[in-house]
Amino acid sequence: MRDIAVIASAQIPSERRSDLSEIEMVQKVVTGAIEKSGIDRRAFDFWCSGSADMLCGRPFSFVSALDAIGAWPPIRESHVEMDGAWALYEAWLKLQSDPGLHCAIVYCFGQSSLGPVPDILATQLDPYYETPLWPDSISVAAIQARALLDGGRYTERDFAEVAVENRRRGKSNPNAQLTGDFSIEEAMSGPYISSPLRKHYCPPLSDGACAIVIASREKVDELGFAAPAWIRGFDHRVEAQSLGVRDLTSSASTQLAGRRAGARGDSLDVAELHAPFAHQELILREALELGGSVSVNPSGGALAANPIMVAGLLRICEAAGAIHRGEAKRALGHATSGPALQQNLVCVMEAN
Amino acid sequence: MSESSAEILTAPYRLKYSYKRTTGPVIGRFLTDLRDGKITGVRRPDGAVMVPPREYDPETGEALSEFVSLPDTGVVTGWTWVAEPRQLHAMSTPFAFATIQLDGAHTGMLHRVVAPDESVMRSGMRVRARWAAERVGMITDIECFVPEESA
Repeated sequence: MRDIAVIASAQIPSERRSDLSEIEMVQKVVTGAIEKSGIDRRAFDFWCSGSADMLCGRPFSFVSALDAIGAWPPIRESHVEMDGAWALYEAWLKLQSDPGLHCAIVYCFGQSSLGPVPDILATQLDPYYETPLWPDSISVAAIQARALLDGGRYTERDFAEVAVENRRRGKSNPNAQLTGDFSIEEAMSGPYISSPLRKHYCPPLSDGACAIVIASREKVDELGFAAPAWIRGFDHRVEAQSLGVRDLTSSASTQLAGRRAGARGDSLDVAELHAPFAHQELILREALELGGSVSVNPSGGALAANPIMVAGLLRICEAAGAIHRGEAKRALGHATSGPALQQNLVCVMEAN
Repeated sequence: MSESSAEILTAPYRLKYSYKRTTGPVIGRFLTDLRDGKITGVRRPDGAVMVPPREYDPETGEALSEFVSLPDTGVVTGWTWVAEPRQLHAMSTPFAFATIQLDGAHTGMLHRVVAPDESVMRSGMRVRARWAAERVGMITDIECFVPEESA
């Protein structure tokens, strides 16, 4: 495998409703990441983006985002209708498969303010068996949360602790949206959205964007970059789509992706987990066998800021950032997609 | 162009999918049977019955074709109570989304459960399908499931 590192990233603060257009959001994060990388804009060998047309209800809306990046002279470019973490996977694969390519930029954007996200996400379910009933994404997550409670290994208090902890840690993240010192009791007495999920156990609705730059060892040496986050393992796995055929209380795909990426839970300093709903962090911690010494979601995670199509790549940006700042030697970024943790991606990074 | 010939040409434009798609031999069979008031599952190589049926085994990818008739009763294996239905739920009163394992099946089917209130709901409760008066070959031909004792 070729040595490829994350060398820079940029994001804009998540907000409930951004005044920026999608194009303006992309322009800010792409320019920010390029400036930090020190690479000339025209020198990028590959560009890849992640977003979802279903959010604004306009086909090929990702094409207009190209206005923000200046696609002249012609560039090599691709897009995934997924969270940006999967766009990063494509870019990493592109650099792995062609030794003539040395750097790529990946960006993603999403505005939850454009429409009713819980309903829009019902369209990712089975179109014949499930979507006609419009099971919103909160209800789907709630069925999973109930299964976890029925399993007897966790109680609602565990959900509350995850929510309170993430929002407390999010206070030191200037890009987070919903942060603060909430009490367990406050969380456990909040209103239900879909029982057993109370408001506190659900993510905020966020608008946001981020961008990330990866480079080969040759490029890193040429730039003299001091603290690259070397990608040592990268894998993603998917489970069956229908909710009734898999065990919702565990995450076989996270476990498999983690093993194939060489995660080794006890060897990590930082793990950024994409768990939009509090109970999902408990499932992911188990699947990745994270030991007590691992710092989980120092950024506050998706419970503190959840820009749709962005929150997964943000986890990798945050994990890489901990290595860039010298706070971690070995860090993991995780992203999820699909209903109730159906598909999961794990990226393991190490310092020099 | 002379003024007399300045006729504005118009053509109808309707945004639509100008094709039909088939639901295939397995999903189509299930939906057609629903229209007839019957529930059909499919057997996996290990003997487990999956309903709603899939064309392929979710674990191995093997093609599946052995159909199995199932009763319209079963147990709730997972659920959530929706106290305030969203507009698209098309429900005027609180209800549950639930996974229901029909008697004789080994997997759950996502559907609605209509019960007097949340306190009635629990995993393991027995339910029975309430069929829609008019059936068209959609999952909503089962209007909802209701607690068996009240069916």
